[in-house]
Amino acid sequence: MRMRMMKMLLLLGLCCGPVCCGQNQSDPRDQRVFPVLSVNYDYVQMPFEVSLWILLASLLKLGFHLLPRLSAVVPESCLLIVVGLLVGGLIRVMGKKPPVLDSQLFFLCLLPPIILDAGYFLPLRPFTENAGTILSFAVLGTLWNTFFTGALLYACRPAALELLPCLLFGSIVSAVDPVAVLAVFEEIHINELLHILVFGESLLNDAVTVVLYHLFEEFAHAGEVTAGDVFLGVVCFFVVALGGVLVGGVYGVLAAFTSRFTSHTRVIEPLFVFLYSYMAYLSAEVFHLSGIMALIACGVIMRPYVEANISHKSYTTIKYFLKMWSSVSETLIFVFLGVSTVAGPHAWNWTFVTITIVLCLLSRVLGVVGLTFIINKYRMVKLSGKDQFIVAYGGLRGAIAFSLAFLLSSDDFPMKDMFLTAIITVIFFTVFVQGMTIRPLVDLLAVKKRKESKCSINEEIHTQFLEHLLAGIEGVCGHYGHHHWRDKLNRFNKRYIKRCLIGGERSQEPQLVSFYNKMELKQALMLLESNSSANLSTAVTAAAPRLESGERLRSGSFFFSERSAGEVNARRKPSVKFSLEPPKPPRGPEHLLEEDEELMHRRH
Amino acid sequence: MGSFQSLPDDHQYRTLSQKTGFSLEQIAILHNRFKQLSQNEETLRRDDLKTIQDLESNPIRSQIIEAFFDRRNFQKDGVGSVEEIGFEEFLTVMSYFRAPAHHITEEQREEMRRAKLRFLFNMHDTDNDGTITLEEYRHVVEELLSRSGALGRETAKGIADAAMLEVASISVGPMAPDEFYEGITFEHFLKILKGIEIETTMHIHFLNMDTSVLCK
Repeated sequence: MRMRMMKMLLLLGLCCGPVCCGQNQSDPRDQRVFPVLSVNYDYVQMPFEVSLWILLASLLKLGFHLLPRLSAVVPESCLLIVVGLLVGGLIRVMGKKPPVLDSQLFFLCLLPPIILDAGYFLPLRPFTENAGTILSFAVLGTLWNTFFTGALLYACRPAALELLPCLLFGSIVSAVDPVAVLAVFEEIHINELLHILVFGESLLNDAVTVVLYHLFEEFAHAGEVTAGDVFLGVVCFFVVALGGVLVGGVYGVLAAFTSRFTSHTRVIEPLFVFLYSYMAYLSAEVFHLSGIMALIACGVIMRPYVEANISHKSYTTIKYFLKMWSSVSETLIFVFLGVSTVAGPHAWNWTFVTITIVLCLLSRVLGVVGLTFIINKYRMVKLSGKDQFIVAYGGLRGAIAFSLAFLLSSDDFPMKDMFLTAIITVIFFTVFVQGMTIRPLVDLLAVKKRKESKCSINEEIHTQFLEHLLAGIEGVCGHYGHHHWRDKLNRFNKRYIKRCLIGGERSQEPQLVSFYNKMELKQALMLLESNSSANLSTAVTAAAPRLESGERLRSGSFFFSERSAGEVNARRKPSVKFSLEPPKPPRGPEHLLEEDEELMHRRH
Repeated sequence: MGSFQSLPDDHQYRTLSQKTGFSLEQIAILHNRFKQLSQNEETLRRDDLKTIQDLESNPIRSQIIEAFFDRRNFQKDGVGSVEEIGFEEFLTVMSYFRAPAHHITEEQREEMRRAKLRFLFNMHDTDNDGTITLEEYRHVVEELLSRSGALGRETAKGIADAAMLEVASISVGPMAPDEFYEGITFEHFLKILKGIEIETTMHIHFLNMDTSVLCK
């Protein structure tokens, strides 16, 4: 025993000796002990802080949904801003300077996912049907708001402002913000028409805002405005808007074309969608074109072709990633807004702020009412007073206004701090007051809610039938109405474009058949879920209504049709016959289908 | 079928206007079109409609043309079809595609809905037995898919079968094993198309008709 102990000690001593000696020999200058544990925070500071913020934001989201009573009353955006305020206050108490929402970060990293998500899943049919109304609200409405607010602000002369800064401020503060609108409107589930009107307006007014902002900034710099400049401004608007759409369109076509060849590399399919869209946004921003419109155009154009080409898994991946990123972005934006409020230099001016808020509300209401009066003459489905109220009330301002104001140079605009304070107040007002009260108001006014859109093959058949019927009747009348042109566009699309952009047999697949396939897939998944506990019976169910022409149609026997077109196998495969009693809706997978639908509307 | 004088008669236009709801201006324009299609004759035949170029590529062309000559669309209890129609019938069929006026009561709206859906129903129910049978529905889907490539009758059959099943489950609910599902009656048809706001979707903008466009 003692011998062993002695041997151990000797061994240890022998080991330590050379180590210490070696240490001394290799590093004669430094006598320190080798650090086993050291801290090097600077190395990871940037990614660490970014991840920490994102983690914090996601945990917050988690927390809100655990408090159902709170999230039913207060919209998420309000809660997030409050949290931002708290965090900002905390940082300030700790003695450090809270970070401000950096405009470059906002425009290049936080905004694109939200817009891409909106554009990719834009419900195209209501959008095109109401395109005229949306455009007039976006363009004429924003112009009216800008000039009305700017002019009256100048007339009131708080803090002795010149005309141009007033107009610039008007242009910044009058744009309806897509992020805020999305955040609030997602939760109130109003009918599709109103949703697309307000949301479409918030997306399309970006072109107007960009042009007006740069215009007034340039003028303020130059100091003098001529008629020629104004004319150039109008031209600039068209260039910005149409240029943005063109850039988006080009990238969209490229993305669709690329997706045609990805059948062997399915794993990176989603990457192409994201990259092409982001490139479209950045390319548009290079030329000061409207990045938002580029992104929307890219998403809208590439979607039908990409979805026909990619695998089902890639489709799910794209959907989930877009939802995830846009959700995180939105959360971060609102939290940062709160933090920036605590951080930023403030110059509070009672008159300026009050006048701003009043003018914003007034101009919005007047603008909406006036425009609707004119638009209703051309609309089939007129907008009622209730609709106008919701459209006016839903004009929320958000982070875009803040970032644009933040980008102003303090030299040209010494009143920048006053502007920032006023804009933050307007944003708070719209998000808190309007955001919180819109839900009870919607219930009070009994505004139509969103219809539960059931996947009905009958409705799809008849919608297509109606399209052809109306185009035909227009042909009989000799009238080239919009049914005629839509029909022509569809045929052109089918004959030329689909053949280029969709690979393989799918290019010939008619819309009705792809709709039917999708529906079948969904129902089969539903059945799988519901029958997962029970056994998959291959026998025909007893309760089978039979149809007149002698065909035995089993109630609810479904069959898988192969997704590879040209091989549509309509023969009932006995091995995959499921049984379902028609009246009892399966309890289990309801949430699956609902979830699918809900995912389309960003509610988790 | 009234006989028209060669010059437009205000009085006749007014009676037509009352009957169909079109304005005098719209009736005048449609009359011009009618004369153009019928090559200035009093009546219109199927062949005249078949010459319209825009209808060439329409998959449901024959059904649209049939609808103009179907007596059921002229008045409530008409039966069968005719070989030629006059301007009044032409106008009556066109009136199904008018938009609802802004201030109409719920009842009038419902009535208009029923009228338009009845028109659609008549288009499907070719043998006029009051129901759309599986065969008729299959025919509808086949026609829809006819211009869209060579996918064969099997797919159309599958889709039509699934659609009928859906109608059965929505309108009739649980059925005993021996029950037959006869076909879609008008009431069932109303029920399944409740989701489509037919009175606003099924309309043509008659207001913006430009006579210069009609010269084709």
